[in-house]
Amino acid sequence: MRGISVIQGTIAPLNQANIDTDQIIPKQFLTGVTRTGYGINLFHNWRYLPGPKKLEDPSFALNQPEYQGASVLLTRENFGCGSSREHAPWALADYGFHAIVAASYADIFYGNCINNQLLPVVLTSAQLDLLFTKVAQNPKVEVTISLSEQFVSCEELKFEFDIQAHHKNNLLKGLDAIGQTLELDDKISAFEAKRPSFA
Amino acid sequence: MPSTLYEKIVNAHLVEELGDDLLLYIDRHLIHEVTTPQAFAGLDEKNRRVRRPDLTFGTMDHSISTKSLALDACGPLNQLQLNTLAVNCAKHNIPLYPVGHKNQGIVHVIGPQLGLIQPGMTVVCGDSHTATHGAFGALAFGIGTSQVEHVLATQTLKQSNAKNMQVKVNGKLPLGVTAKDIILAIIGKIGHAGATGHVIEYCGTAISELSMEQRMTVCNMSIEAGAKAGLIAPDDKTIEYIRGKEFAPVGKQWEQAVTYWQSLHSDADAIFDTVVELNADEIEPQVTWGTNPGQVVGINQNVPSPASFSDSINQDSAKKALKYMGLEAGQSIQDIAISHVFIGSCTNSRIEDLRAAAKVAALGRVVDGVTAIVVPGSVAVKAQAEQEQLDKIFINAGFEWRLPGCSMCLGMNDDVLGSEDRCASTSNRNFEGRQGRGARTHLVSPEMAAAAAISGKFTDVRKLGA
Repeated sequence: MRGISVIQGTIAPLNQANIDTDQIIPKQFLTGVTRTGYGINLFHNWRYLPGPKKLEDPSFALNQPEYQGASVLLTRENFGCGSSREHAPWALADYGFHAIVAASYADIFYGNCINNQLLPVVLTSAQLDLLFTKVAQNPKVEVTISLSEQFVSCEELKFEFDIQAHHKNNLLKGLDAIGQTLELDDKISAFEAKRPSFA
Repeated sequence: MPSTLYEKIVNAHLVEELGDDLLLYIDRHLIHEVTTPQAFAGLDEKNRRVRRPDLTFGTMDHSISTKSLALDACGPLNQLQLNTLAVNCAKHNIPLYPVGHKNQGIVHVIGPQLGLIQPGMTVVCGDSHTATHGAFGALAFGIGTSQVEHVLATQTLKQSNAKNMQVKVNGKLPLGVTAKDIILAIIGKIGHAGATGHVIEYCGTAISELSMEQRMTVCNMSIEAGAKAGLIAPDDKTIEYIRGKEFAPVGKQWEQAVTYWQSLHSDADAIFDTVVELNADEIEPQVTWGTNPGQVVGINQNVPSPASFSDSINQDSAKKALKYMGLEAGQSIQDIAISHVFIGSCTNSRIEDLRAAAKVAALGRVVDGVTAIVVPGSVAVKAQAEQEQLDKIFINAGFEWRLPGCSMCLGMNDDVLGSEDRCASTSNRNFEGRQGRGARTHLVSPEMAAAAAISGKFTDVRKLGA
């Protein structure tokens, strides 16, 4: 897997808290058996008008021309709550997002992002307010997110963010997590030898 | 140093400390058709094997019909997903309980029913409601598909330490108030993300009083408060529930297991990062009014006004929720008419749930214009219910009696609601579109769902005299 270090691009704003994974990718699109092709149905029920024709709802932010091609999704607290479906980060990445900037994330979703090279950045609500204002003033404003140096910058704004060292390392290097663990095979076997027989 | 139950289970499964990550051994891996195909494909790509097929158990539940045993009953995509699971399990020697098998059912119903879930275990599944199994004092949590692949290949998982939250439910639950009402009241109190980053341990007299099935209902919805997992320390009820089950230890191993299980509890002086207390006597039957499970009130209350919330984010969420739900602030919950009733899901589809709902259903008939379905959680639950003739009570009262599966909880099959349909549902999520695009979900207990079916609107089940 590729690693990520710096992400530069424009922002798509979704100014709403508690966006759950059922909104990110509704259940009718979970029947796939591959990891690809979910982007077209990202935010399906908000993005498309009812009916089979997939007509775009012009009022939805992602459909507005100025936000096309955005690589950073700007949103609010508790993003990705609900179902554990990894189809959610698959859909976000497949659509073209490389990073999400929010006040907080649900735990399972956060882990799923790390495992899919999608950078989940946490900023404070006050910092998000300033970024939302920037995008409102200029929808094509460029944002830079440096994972290695842990900051988000947008014109004169510059915010540092925290990320756990092992998450950062995995994202930077695009490591094969399973391959790393398989190198600990001796330790796993030793643990198995000690497990109680009733388990 | 004093430890919580969560910390004890983590320590007992620590394979290796990797910086701020812990590599934990996984005792039980439950799998189903929706979140595994890509994991198996990933293994195949790298020629990796399943390390412990003997600790992995599969079932079909999410994508299946509740009207037919045919795998193609819900279309070719569902069929492909179900067949993919069957092929993958056969290839890797993983036991699978497919549609038609006596052990088939919703993954979180069959795990406990088979005795697969035991105190002190680590249990994972690619499903956020895996927290259900915490009712046994097991550390159980939902994982993504990449993690499913990691567990298949290594039988371990990297985890960061979670914080500890204690939720103490004191007092005694009033008659007609259920485990579902306890957990909805807890989520209402701490909020939809109130336990993010935490493992909750539920305790207190009202929790001790609950049966194992009721404890599963409480732990099931831990994720709806954002918690990583929910736990209840094992006691005599836990041990008696497991005794004699298909996968329960026997003979000398049973004795060793029981001795170990009895040692599993938080130390008296263990430190919790957060402590929340509720009084069970004050809980009334709960009904959600919004589009997340924290947007909930008692049956005798009114739909709240967005202005009553303290911050702009919650005010905004409430406004959006009222619009989607087609409700007015100040409206009495008991004036909300429903069009559908769903009794089922990993939260409330066990035999005690069906008994409780049937008792209320027997008091009347499903109101004209209301569609009500009952979906047992497993083949075994269905058989038990039929032996007790609960199916006849439901059918005579105008309910449909279906085959086991996840069904309308998420509608990956054809049990889907239409736009503006309004459903009293015993499931766990009232998110926008969860049961169908534009559909409106109100989460309630099985008793309250049955009461809504025979009343056509939300009703305080305690007034029906069941």
